[in-house]
Amino acid sequence: MTFAISTELICFLVLAAVVVVGAMAVVLLENIVYSAFLLGGVFMAVAGLYLLLNASFVAAAQVLVYVGAVNVLIIFAIMLVNKRENLEPIRGLQVRRLLSGGVCLSMLALLVRVVALTDWALPGPPAIGEEATARIGEHLFTDYLLPFELASVLLLMAMIGAIVLARRDVLVQDVVTGDPVSQGLIEKSQPPLLPDQPTS
Amino acid sequence: MNFFTTGQVPLQAYLLVAAFLFCIGIWGLINSRNAVRVLMSIELMLNAVNINLMAFSSYLDGDLIRGQVFTIFVITVAAAEAAVGLAILLSLYRNRVTVDMERFNLLRW
Repeated sequence: MTFAISTELICFLVLAAVVVVGAMAVVLLENIVYSAFLLGGVFMAVAGLYLLLNASFVAAAQVLVYVGAVNVLIIFAIMLVNKRENLEPIRGLQVRRLLSGGVCLSMLALLVRVVALTDWALPGPPAIGEEATARIGEHLFTDYLLPFELASVLLLMAMIGAIVLARRDVLVQDVVTGDPVSQGLIEKSQPPLLPDQPTS
Repeated sequence: MNFFTTGQVPLQAYLLVAAFLFCIGIWGLINSRNAVRVLMSIELMLNAVNINLMAFSSYLDGDLIRGQVFTIFVITVAAAEAAVGLAILLSLYRNRVTVDMERFNLLRW
């Protein structure tokens, strides 16, 4: 076992442990703010796994898009909807958790069985390593040109859709009761986050 | 398995990590009561799929790395999904003043 290989192994084990433990913490922690920041850590660890797989461009895209955009967006959403509310208990919560945990564990067992028993066509063709970025560019502008252009249209539609959905005066009346909804009243009924400072 | 003799990270190890991540994501998706956490679980599941694609692309398709191109497309779609999902969440919160998933029961049959 050479030094490089053992270094790779140790890096993989550490990153895998960070990914799995971090994901468990994201799902299980009570405080949603801790979950959001740990989610950023999980994304960074996944980017590290991509670096171990010789994919520097995708690792950079992962850091830029997931940590830089998605995670920040999630933190902003938490900030906007962060009202302490006492969730009313629901019947059979523990039973539900155990049942879904059993289902997830059995699915995990199925996946592990498939991974262990499938006869993968290893070793594949030799990896091109650091030329991957150039090869991705060739793919994007030759055989994956149509999906690439469609992705730009998709991003435009998502941007417009997000703006339309998050605008204030979209719904003028409540869907259930039919009463007119005053968007201002909802926010004024809560104590403001930053109380006015007394002017001297 | 030659894992214990050579010490090289095998393909199966990446697939196992992805399987764990996917199952954790599904559990969180089912059991979260905070709507933001549901979106986080979806992101976890998308990342699990990405790890699978990248591992296959590196080990089985090393010269034509098509998996990496697919991963980039998945990252694009995930960003769009997160933006629209959080906008829907904000709009729901404005109408309901809660993020409790149990109280979003407009479509309950």
